[in-house]
Amino acid sequence: MTKTDIKKPVRDRFALPHIKYREYKQTFFFTLLRFAAIINGTALAVILFFLLKNGYKAITWTFLTQPPMDSMTKGGIFPCIIGTIYLSMGAIAIALPIGIISAIYLNEYARSGIILRIIRLGINNLAGVPSVVFGLFGLAFFVIYLKMGVSLLAGALTLGLLSLPVIIGATEEALKTVPDTYREASLGLGATKLQTIFRVVLPCAMPGILTGAILGISRAAGETAPVMFTAAVFFTPDLPSSIFDEIMVLPYHIYVLATAGTEIEATRPLQYGTSLVLIALVFGMNLGAILLRARLKRRMHI
Amino acid sequence: MINAKKTMTVNRQFKEVWMRRIFFVIASTSIFILLLIMIFIFAEGIPVFKKVSLIDFIFGKYWYPTSEPPEFGIFPLIVASISVTALSAVISIPLGVMTAIYLAEIAAFKVREIVKPMVELLAAIPSVVIGFFGMVIVSPFLQDVFDVPTGLNLFNAALMLGFMSVPTICSISEDAISSVPRAMREASFALGATHFETIVKVILPASLSGIITSIILGMSRAIGETMVVLMVAGGATMIPSSIFDPVRPMPASIAAEMAEAPFRGDHYYALFATGIVLFCFTLIFNIIADHIAYKYKQTGDSTL
Repeated sequence: MTKTDIKKPVRDRFALPHIKYREYKQTFFFTLLRFAAIINGTALAVILFFLLKNGYKAITWTFLTQPPMDSMTKGGIFPCIIGTIYLSMGAIAIALPIGIISAIYLNEYARSGIILRIIRLGINNLAGVPSVVFGLFGLAFFVIYLKMGVSLLAGALTLGLLSLPVIIGATEEALKTVPDTYREASLGLGATKLQTIFRVVLPCAMPGILTGAILGISRAAGETAPVMFTAAVFFTPDLPSSIFDEIMVLPYHIYVLATAGTEIEATRPLQYGTSLVLIALVFGMNLGAILLRARLKRRMHI
Repeated sequence: MINAKKTMTVNRQFKEVWMRRIFFVIASTSIFILLLIMIFIFAEGIPVFKKVSLIDFIFGKYWYPTSEPPEFGIFPLIVASISVTALSAVISIPLGVMTAIYLAEIAAFKVREIVKPMVELLAAIPSVVIGFFGMVIVSPFLQDVFDVPTGLNLFNAALMLGFMSVPTICSISEDAISSVPRAMREASFALGATHFETIVKVILPASLSGIITSIILGMSRAIGETMVVLMVAGGATMIPSSIFDPVRPMPASIAAEMAEAPFRGDHYYALFATGIVLFCFTLIFNIIADHIAYKYKQTGDSTL
């Protein structure tokens, strides 16, 4: 240490020579990271802005409650809304029981080992199967092999299998948040494992499972490719009256209006309107799930 | 009395054992379905190889399924799928990982409570809506800005897919980063490292396996995504020479042509065979991701 150094304040005397540089570097990269987050938000905002700007005029009472008229150029999308609701409800009715029981087995019964690993590999790979391949499978298995034809049932089954991994994942997360002491207390009172699961663990995990179910429904409602070959048609004059009927659904309606119609330009407002309705449906469910989860989190903290 | 008690215990045990078995069978449904999917797409796809050899099918440069005689070469479709996915990864990897770091490390609690749902909502937008947005808004914009003949091209599709895979990459990476033990972070601070140095030299290496898994899963999702490439990629079955060329990735081809392919004709079989190739691509991606996640599982400081 030289003499001049001693006159400086203590902090500067011991400061590393490039500490300022390191601080600048940190500020620079943190700004960059913040910027990445902003880009994502902007993308969401831009998509919503353009859809709202071009679509809000199309949303009228007639649009929501009437079937299409004049070879699709006028009228509404009522059958599509009904079809989408039926289809996603059907899908969740199939996926929920199987998904919950799978998750119970994985979380409460299975011991880690080769069998558990194979089951997990199966679930992960099922989650990764492209939606169009699900469509092909639905066509080959449900529509052709099981002779269901292009129908609500075939579409709901295909979508149900597609959302199965989502439900399993959400249910497992929910089961994991139930403290082990609850299980031990129940077992200590003489309850069997089964009674413990159905009377103690499942009720505690139910809100979390419901969140997963809502997300599953919203995913199913927005899928197009698996439904194209299995359930959806461009136009059907009647509302579905049985599970073997063909149906109209929102996503497929958007696709057909935007790409295959003869009057693509004329139906532009309808396309925006339909997109807006679909987004409102999906976001509504997602926001519900997010709020439900936030409330749960708060309750957990107390 | 004692007898009755015994019967009850036996009954209860009997029920326990059987329910356990039933649960096991139901839990195996996923594998069973995965096998069913394989069996059925293979059964409907294999017959095309009576017409063309596997090599000609995969490396054939011409896809003219409806001309006479038809040509079934899916090489342009495979190239299209890979190039769209690779270009989308250029967008989604930096954006996804950086957002994950921001959310897990830097963002204040209140900011995170806003940004995280936003990323989740981005994931929730149905793919057909993103495709529609790319068609009517982004495409004319690209046409003007870059002065290209069509806005429906490889670049547009990659842009849309990129933003679609950001949420996948972001949420899995964030979990990996948050699960780095606190002690490691504190040790780094105690040695005098800045927060940024700690992130780059301690936290990222520790969570690398999770981040790589997220990237592979994000790309696997991008390559299988159908509606966006169907509506936005342009649909020309040629090997692209620039990023502004229209292309026709595999899922787009399947979705667009299935409706008009004659039932159990050669074209129909060829589309199922394309489905097999696509399925194999994503299966390989997923198995690699699963392997990395399992082998380099984060269990605590001791593993590093």
